[in-house]
Amino acid sequence: MKTLTALGVCLTGAFLLYSPIGNAMDCEELTLGSAISLTGKYATNGVHAKNGYEFAIQKIKEHGGVKIGDKCYNFKVIYYDDESKGDRGATLAERLINQDKVQYMLGPYSSGLTKAIAPVTEKYQIPMVEAEGASRSLFAQGYRYLFAVLSTSEQYLASAVTLAAEKAKEMGKDPSEVKVAVAVENDPFSLDIRAGVFEDARKLGMQTVIDEKLPRDLSDMSAILTKVKLLKPDLLIVSGHSKGAATAVRQISEQKIDVPMIAITHCEAADVVGNFGAAANDILCSTQWAETLTYEDPIFGTAANYEKEFKAAFPEYAEKTVPYQTAQASAAVYVYKDAFERAGSLDKEAVRDAIAETDMSTFYGNIKFSTAGNNIAKPMVLRQIQDGEYNVVAPSEFASHKVNWPRKPQ
Amino acid sequence: MDQILGNISLLFEFPVVNMKIIVDGLMIGALFALAAYGLALVWGVMNVKNLAQGDFVMAGGYIAWWLEKQGLPALLGVPAAFIVLWGFGWVVYKLVISRVIERDLFTSLLATFGLAIMMAQILNLLFGSDTQSVQLEYDTLYFIDGFVDIPIAKLIGVLMAAVLATGVIIFMKVSRMGQAIRATSQDSRAARVLGIDTEKVYAFTFSLNSAICGAAGAIIVMVWVIQPFYGITYSIRAFVIVTAAGLGNLPGVIAAGLGIGVAEQYGAHIFGIGYQQAIAVLLLLLVLLVRLLQQRQMRQSLQ
Repeated sequence: MKTLTALGVCLTGAFLLYSPIGNAMDCEELTLGSAISLTGKYATNGVHAKNGYEFAIQKIKEHGGVKIGDKCYNFKVIYYDDESKGDRGATLAERLINQDKVQYMLGPYSSGLTKAIAPVTEKYQIPMVEAEGASRSLFAQGYRYLFAVLSTSEQYLASAVTLAAEKAKEMGKDPSEVKVAVAVENDPFSLDIRAGVFEDARKLGMQTVIDEKLPRDLSDMSAILTKVKLLKPDLLIVSGHSKGAATAVRQISEQKIDVPMIAITHCEAADVVGNFGAAANDILCSTQWAETLTYEDPIFGTAANYEKEFKAAFPEYAEKTVPYQTAQASAAVYVYKDAFERAGSLDKEAVRDAIAETDMSTFYGNIKFSTAGNNIAKPMVLRQIQDGEYNVVAPSEFASHKVNWPRKPQ
Repeated sequence: MDQILGNISLLFEFPVVNMKIIVDGLMIGALFALAAYGLALVWGVMNVKNLAQGDFVMAGGYIAWWLEKQGLPALLGVPAAFIVLWGFGWVVYKLVISRVIERDLFTSLLATFGLAIMMAQILNLLFGSDTQSVQLEYDTLYFIDGFVDIPIAKLIGVLMAAVLATGVIIFMKVSRMGQAIRATSQDSRAARVLGIDTEKVYAFTFSLNSAICGAAGAIIVMVWVIQPFYGITYSIRAFVIVTAAGLGNLPGVIAAGLGIGVAEQYGAHIFGIGYQQAIAVLLLLLVLLVRLLQQRQMRQSLQ
C-alpha cells in the first residue's frame, strides 16, 4: 500500500511537472539579489521593503510568472542583512555579485545604503532597480545601471510651498510676503528636501526666517519652536525621519505653536495620529503613495486593491495602513518583470536598456525613467491629517479633500 | 554669522525667551543628571566606566512604554522600570561586570561597550526601530502670555527625578548599605578588612545604577521619545556631567546636569540646534583644561 501511495505521489508530481506552460510550477527560477536592513536602525523600513518585494514576487507568480520568449520564470531573491550600515551593504553587494553570481539587483533601504551599494553595481555593470533611495544626489553621479521608481527627495515638501503660495493669493497677498521656517535633519535625504523647498520658495520670492539643521539624535526641538513663536512664519517645514516627526508634533502642541501651515515627513512611520491624537490634526504630510490614489495595473489592480491583498498576505499589517515603502518595493519588482519581457532575453545589457525605456502605469503610479535613472512620471502627494484621517489635499488633480487652512493650535 | 547675531539679539529683544530657555534647560538637565548620577556611583565605587549607561536608560523607557501599551497607568512605568532594571542590573553584574572589575580599564570599557551594542540590538529586535513615546493626558501650564510652557507631564517627570535623587542621597548618608558603599569607594581593601562584603556592595551599586537609569528612561519616554539606538546620547551626556562634576560628588553631578541642560539650550538657540551636543562636549573640554591647569599648579607647588 505504501509503495502504491509513493508511486501515486511520484506520478502526480511528474504530471504536474509536464503540465502546459502558464502553470507556475514549471517556471524556472530567476535570481535577484538584495542587501537590505533587517537589523539596525533601518530595520522597520527594511522589513517593509522586503515584504513588498516578496508580495510582488508572489503576485507575479500567480499571474503566470515572467515570460521571456517561450520560457517562463519566477523571481527569487537572495537577501543579506546589511545591518543598516553602508560599508556592510557594499561588501554584501560584492558578495552577491561575485559569489552568488547575481546578475540583477533590487535596492536596499535608505538613500545612504543605496549610495554605498550603487558604485559596486556600477563597477560590475549590474542593473539595480531600487525603491527606497530618494536622495537627489544619487542621480547626479551619471550612474548607468541605477534606476529608482520613487520620486526624488527634493520633491517631498516642495508642494507645500506651492500650496502656501496659493493660500496667500486667496487672501489677496503676494506669495513673496510668505515667511518660511525650515528645520531639517543634517543628512543627505533631509538636506535634499530643504534644497527643494528653498528652490521653490526662492522662485516665488518668499523669505526664509528660520533655517536650522536638526542633529541625528534629536529629542528636543523647543529651541527652534521658541524662535517660531517669535518670528511667526506662515509655513513651517520639518523633516527628521520618524523621531523628527514625533518630536515636532508633540512639542508643537505643547508649545501651542500657531503657524497656518505645517508640513512634515514620516508621519506614518512615527504614527503621529496613534501616538498624539488630536495634536497631529491639520498637519500636512508628504507621501510617495497613498492607497486612495486612482492608479491601477493588471497585476496588482488598483492601489486600494494592493492594500487589501497585501494585508491578506501579511496579517501583521492588518491594524495599520500599508506603508508606501512596501508599495514602491513591489513596484520595483514589477519594473523588472516588465523589462525582462520587453527585452525578451536574459542578457544583462538588453535588460538594462529595456529598464531604461520603461514607460508603464502601475498601482504605484506611472514609471518612466530619466536618463539619470530617477522616475519622472510620478508626483509626490501631500496629505493632511483631518480628524485622525490622512486625506490627500495636493496636488489638486489627485486631491480628495480640501485643505484646512489656517491651522489652529491644537 | 548673521543668523547667530540675529539669534543673540532675539534674546535681548524678547527677554522672556531667556526665561523659557532656562526653564527648558533645567527640565532637560534634571533627566541628564539622573542618568549621570548612576554613572557617578558606579564610576566612583567600582571604577567601572559603564558605556552602556544610555542603553539602560532606553531599556527602562521601553519597559514603561510596553506596560502602558498593556493598559497600565503610564506613571506606574517609573517604579516598574526601576524594579525590572534592578534585577537586570544584578544579572549583568554577575555575568559580566564581576569578571572585569579587577581587570584594567580597557577590559571594562570593552565589556560595557559590547553590552551597549547588544542591548541596543536586542531592544531593536524586541520592539522595532521606530521611535516610541507615551503621551500623558495632562494639560500644559502656560506662563507669561503663554510664552513659557510647562507640560504637567514634564513637571511630574522632573519631580520624580528629584524625589529619586534625594532618596538616593539620603540612602547613602543614613543606611548601613549606603555607608558600606561609601567605605568601599574610599578604599575597597580597607573595607574588606573591616568585614564589608565588597562583592555584595558592588552588586548592589551596579543594580542601583541600573535601576536609576531605568527610572530615568521611564520618565524620558513620557516627555521625549525613545529609540533603541538613542542610548549613546545619554551615555555621552552622563560622561560629560560626571567628568565635569568629579567622581563621587553627587550634589555636584546634579548641579552639573542642570547647568549643562541650560547651556545646551542656550547653545541651541544661538548657534542652531545642530550644535546642541557640541556645546556639551565643548564644556567638557573646558572643564578638563581648567582641571589640568589646576593640577599643574599643584605639582609645581609640590616640587
